[in-house]
Amino acid sequence: MRLEYPSNIKIVKVPCTGRVDIIHMLEAFEGGADGVCLVGCLEGDCHFLTGNIRARKRVEYAKQLLEESGIGKDRLVMYNLSAAEGQRFAQIAREMTEKIRGLGPNPIKAVISRQQTAETKRLYADS
Amino acid sequence: MIVADRKPFQEIIEMLAPYSRILLLGCNECVTVCAVGGAKEVAVLASEIRLRRAKEGIPVEIKEVTLERNCDPEYVETLQPFINDFDVALSMACGCGIQFVGERYRNRIVLPAVNTTFYGVTEQHGVWAERCQGCGNCVLDRTLGICPVTRCAKSLFNGPCGGSQGGVCEVNKETPCAWQLIVDRYKEMGVLDRYLEIQPVKDWSVSRDGGPRKRIREDLKI
Ligand code: SF4
Ligand code: SF4
Repeated sequence: MRLEYPSNIKIVKVPCTGRVDIIHMLEAFEGGADGVCLVGCLEGDCHFLTGNIRARKRVEYAKQLLEESGIGKDRLVMYNLSAAEGQRFAQIAREMTEKIRGLGPNPIKAVISRQQTAETKRLYADS
Repeated sequence: MIVADRKPFQEIIEMLAPYSRILLLGCNECVTVCAVGGAKEVAVLASEIRLRRAKEGIPVEIKEVTLERNCDPEYVETLQPFINDFDVALSMACGCGIQFVGERYRNRIVLPAVNTTFYGVTEQHGVWAERCQGCGNCVLDRTLGICPVTRCAKSLFNGPCGGSQGGVCEVNKETPCAWQLIVDRYKEMGVLDRYLEIQPVKDWSVSRDGGPRKRIREDLKI
């Protein structure tokens, strides 16, 4: 299809969304991701029967954790689509990029970069 | 198993406010099975704390250690080489484990990350329910395996009370009446006449009412 979607999206392949655990989603944010999007098969079409349904529940739980830790629940989203929906995947990728752009960068990155700037300034002042 | 709930994150974060080097303890037994304080939950809580601290720009260092058990000295002892490298220990074990680690390392505060709630069973994946209160004088022989102390909201021994409606307890609609369950069980086993036996007054002195309890087996002491 040679469809285009935003190049800032990094794809992590898993055998099934049922493999994605809470900690994987949190660690993505710890690693500086601005948003995380789980893309699973359509509900009822899971090769492992309920992997995507369990993933949906885990996403809901992880959203709570992200909210309480101050990252914000809206940065984590789950979509369901079939492997034949390339167009929709590209559209979701664009939607997600726009949504996250609206929310701004991962708040921990802003702090890290402020700290780095302060550190750089301090080093220059010392030299 | 002993069942617990994780404390609200805000409460945990406030407890940790004065500290930057945190030893986060999990336990491989009961709290792992009820998915509140095993290695997995320790990793999730550590990640959450790091995210919050990173957002606030307050440094934090967390070491995650999940002991086989926090209520046995041989495992608690294994913390000895490094516990003093940390400002505080935050424990996801049950109340027993939290206290026991604190008793061994008297120069360190051990904070609770969970609220220990009951002795229970896994009714289904993700659902745990209370079954026993450790009353010290088990009557399950008389009630055919349904605990009136725990499962009756009033711990009645000659129930049910007037609040039993359609097999449901008056405290809430999700709680079956323990005495309905007991009577149903008598019927199931064909011994309904046992319901006519008046249960004697229970000796509560062997329960919590007699103060903290201790069990000693002289032959096992080293
Ligand atoms: S400390 Fe002991 S009783 Fe408590 S959760 Fe761990 S194994 Fe169970
Ligand atoms: S009667 Fe006592 S020991 Fe037996 S299950 Fe009930 S609370 Fe536990």
